[in-house]
Amino acid sequence: MCGIVGLFLKDQSLAPQLGNMLTDMLITMTDRGPDSAGIAIYGEESGGATKVTLQSPNPKEDFAGLAEELGQHLGAVVSQTDNDTHTVLDVPAGHFEAARATLAEIRPSVQIMSRGEMLEIYKEVGLPKDVAARFDISSMSGTHGIGHTRMATESAVTTMGAHPFNTGPDQCLVHNGSLSNHNSLRRKLRREGVVIQTENDTEVGAAYLTWKMMNGASLGEALESSLEDLDGFFTFVVGTKDGFGVVRDPIACKPAVMAETDQYVAFGSEYRALVNLPGIEDARVWEPEPATVYFWSHNDSPTTTEKAA
Amino acid sequence: MQTYDLEANGLRGLNATLQSQSTETNQTSWEVVNPKGSHAIAVGLDAPIEVTVKGSTGYYCAGMNQQATIKVEGSVGPGVAENMMSGQVIVDGDASQYAGATGKGGLLVIKGNASSRCGISMKGIDIVVHGDIGHMSAFMAQAGNLVVCGDAGDALGDSLYEARLFVRGSVKSLGADCVEKEMRPEHLEILKDLLDRAGADSSPEEFKRYGSARQLYNFDVDNAATY
Repeated sequence: MCGIVGLFLKDQSLAPQLGNMLTDMLITMTDRGPDSAGIAIYGEESGGATKVTLQSPNPKEDFAGLAEELGQHLGAVVSQTDNDTHTVLDVPAGHFEAARATLAEIRPSVQIMSRGEMLEIYKEVGLPKDVAARFDISSMSGTHGIGHTRMATESAVTTMGAHPFNTGPDQCLVHNGSLSNHNSLRRKLRREGVVIQTENDTEVGAAYLTWKMMNGASLGEALESSLEDLDGFFTFVVGTKDGFGVVRDPIACKPAVMAETDQYVAFGSEYRALVNLPGIEDARVWEPEPATVYFWSHNDSPTTTEKAA
Repeated sequence: MQTYDLEANGLRGLNATLQSQSTETNQTSWEVVNPKGSHAIAVGLDAPIEVTVKGSTGYYCAGMNQQATIKVEGSVGPGVAENMMSGQVIVDGDASQYAGATGKGGLLVIKGNASSRCGISMKGIDIVVHGDIGHMSAFMAQAGNLVVCGDAGDALGDSLYEARLFVRGSVKSLGADCVEKEMRPEHLEILKDLLDRAGADSSPEEFKRYGSARQLYNFDVDNAATY
């Protein structure tokens, strides 16, 4: 099972309600997977700095004075915004790799959830309603976002095994399904220098797309080649700094429903997740085709880019 | 006309109420409002009643139906009219995966498109899709008729037994042991009847018939009457 929701706004007047709408959608999907939940929000741009979202099992100790200490190590000004077990650091551009290395030394129990100019990822073990409440996701605004509620199959129920996964700047991915060639692909990608933190199959899917894009592929092209290179069942929803994409494997047994209006593009594992969206009665509602890449971007004119793989 | 508000009164109450209607009921007409994509709406009915669902549904709508006529004014999720025995299920919009799976009787009409695995393992149900159907439709279909006024996806009728498949548009590919067959007068008659009952305005002559080549399973002509 697992439940996925996604929302890509075309009409930015809805931006202040993004967190609220995503939370409502995700809670509706609770019975598809009660193990853990997570939300990726593309919020305000950090103006060149890298937003690094961290998680700690001991936030009080780990986050105390963290920005200052890290800043001293980096020789740069770092700021932090704590939110329950997570904190978002603003690290000046060009310092991310040094920050990652320093964090591993000065705060070994801290985990990096995401990095990017817009992306923040909040995820924990527990029900969607509890996870959303502890981070106050409802109050967050943004241009697009993705949520996931997990029924674990391929790796343990932990915070790090929760979705969404972030493996490159402003990239995130959620998954319903299971990949069967993730072990061999993980070894290959690690040899190529891609950082993969867990034994989870989905993280390998995310890392695969990152690797493709590092080598010059667009997100659309990376998604298309995933149909060749990933073995198993998947419905993926991916986010980038300005885009939002969907792809299903050729068997397409993992459910997916999409809706599009002048205001937004929405994704749900089930139609139930979409019923409270504004104007859903008149939306174009359809099931994404198997082995077909769908992609929307704020860079292009807001139209569907559909391409049979 | 009885109206049931699903959001206010819950799913169990709806199905218990509809299932308890006897064949002699006077309350023959029901309307379900606020379905909001809920699962298992109007399942296990066994009375000649008419149920209209005012909106889209989730999984397994109208499953195991006997006698009832269930109309959905919206789209349906996976497994609509699964294992139908008799009666009618009419969907105004689209249907997700495995519509009409394992059905033994009755008529399922989908006025939009059906996605993958439509009519999988059908055992006597008649299915009429006004639009297209997805891949692996009529997989291991044993008996009944699948009528598609649009196009069919990949691997139509894979490992087919004795179900009849009628497709008006293109077939992306045929599955193992499924072949095009001659359209004889009796088939045109069956097709005409189904198209009429499903409110489809296509002409039977525009269709092609597909069926089993009978190479994959132990077909014996002496048993033909069983199907």
